[in-house]
Amino acid sequence: MKSVALAAPPAGSAEATAAANRPKPPGLAGYPRKVGTFCLVELQKLSHDRTELFTRAVQPVLWMVIYGETFTRTHAIPTGHLAYLAFLAPGIVAQSGLFVAIFYGIQIIWERDAGILTKLLVTPTPRSALIVGKAFSAGVRALAQVVVVLALSAVLGVALDLNVLHLLGSFVMVMLGSAFFACLSMTVAGVVMKRDRLMGIGQLMTMPLFFASNALYPVAIMPAWLRALSRCNPLSYEVEALRDLLVGTPANLGLDFGVMALAVVAGVTAASSLVGRLAR
Amino acid sequence: MSAPLEVAVHCRGLTHRFSGKAAVLGLDLCVRRGEVFGLLGPNGAGKTTTIRLVNTLLPVQEGKVEVFGYDVSRSAMAVRRLMGYVPQMLSIEAALTGRENVMWFARLFDIPRRERKARVDQALEVMGLADAADRLAGTYSGGMVRRLELAQALVNRPELLVLDEPTVGLDPVARDGVWERVEEMRRATGMTVLLTTHYMEEADVLCDRVALMHLGQKRAEGPPSALKAQVGPAASLEDVFRHFTGGTLGQDESKGGLREVRGTRRTASRLG
Repeated sequence: MKSVALAAPPAGSAEATAAANRPKPPGLAGYPRKVGTFCLVELQKLSHDRTELFTRAVQPVLWMVIYGETFTRTHAIPTGHLAYLAFLAPGIVAQSGLFVAIFYGIQIIWERDAGILTKLLVTPTPRSALIVGKAFSAGVRALAQVVVVLALSAVLGVALDLNVLHLLGSFVMVMLGSAFFACLSMTVAGVVMKRDRLMGIGQLMTMPLFFASNALYPVAIMPAWLRALSRCNPLSYEVEALRDLLVGTPANLGLDFGVMALAVVAGVTAASSLVGRLAR
Repeated sequence: MSAPLEVAVHCRGLTHRFSGKAAVLGLDLCVRRGEVFGLLGPNGAGKTTTIRLVNTLLPVQEGKVEVFGYDVSRSAMAVRRLMGYVPQMLSIEAALTGRENVMWFARLFDIPRRERKARVDQALEVMGLADAADRLAGTYSGGMVRRLELAQALVNRPELLVLDEPTVGLDPVARDGVWERVEEMRRATGMTVLLTTHYMEEADVLCDRVALMHLGQKRAEGPPSALKAQVGPAASLEDVFRHFTGGTLGQDESKGGLREVRGTRRTASRLG
């Protein structure tokens, strides 16, 4: 074993005063770096095991190829001048992010059970940075799915808007959407504390969020009560913005991004306040 | 800051309750800078709760904890910067390489970019993992996993290393490998080590001083040799424990939560 200084200087030395010999804490500047660290770790994990990219792609492919193609032919859902497949594609993009993110609560409980979470909570990382990091990690993972869905849409003949700014905007929206749903999941994890329970609740949350949104059909054809629910559902704002950015359906982008940003702030606040419970 | 700098960890009147039931009760503890201090006792004795109060994972309900003079309730971030922690359960990310695992913590501890790579390489080398650094951690043996966790904990050059049952589930060779490295690090750097274990023979050899805990309370404290001398000429630490508590380490089967026991078993099983 090499003799190197891996720990504190010897007791009694001039350098031994506890924190005095340490680099100055980075303050606020360190916050985005820590968030970025969690996203980087997610990318590293993905790079080591790419099978998940393919297995997770199966579900959106089924929605696009089977459901989308069928309903495009039947013209059962009125989407104006837009082909149903083009209407559906942004919804499936948002759905992919939702399905990735909603199980992040299970991941954080697994990390608690494996001792990883407790170790992370003992680093000088603010709890909110840990949550934001994990939330945007979900976004990173979701983006990988989005690329698959967009490529498939192009193959199926959907005329996507390839304007770089629009694509970037849609990526930002997917990140926001995934971050919110990951926070929602981690908040529930902080309440229920157990993987088994969260799996059930995850299923219970996912389908109502998906069906009570404009992902599969326009708000105009919904009954009034469902329309009201849809307006309270962040997924609807995500889909609306994605439709504007990717296939040119007009939307109020300011409102959509504003609602999603607020939803993320609320989600981070709720999940951060509960994450400590998981380590107790 | 009030405790003198010679004191690494100072607990006064520390009490912690879970749903009204005391896990730690009126604990006074003083760990000196540079020593290896062992908290000993069976499952449910309050060792892990004490560790979690010291390392800021649990909020202090009653009493006071200071780490190098910092009150853990008021200066949690400052305390965390001074500490390296290895929890009882396996806590590596198996889907990352050894190097990525250590780099992750180097970033979270705000090690400056210009020093980061060298510090990570150094930590891996000291733990004998340089050759395996670019393999996925999921392929490591049990002893290597523990050494990787130590590399993560030491990359920050901590003043206080906190080890919660670090050798549980390890075979004797791997166990010796872990302790050899901890001991050499301690000798080379003067780092303080606070550990929990229920392996009395390990504590006897490694610790400068120990505290025997039972039912959330400290029953005895001192150097192992002094405690043994109080009981008899040929006494072991287990005899000391029996003398001060009236029980044996494995006796109290009602203690240790299901999650704790399951976690320990899972760790042991994953370590092979």
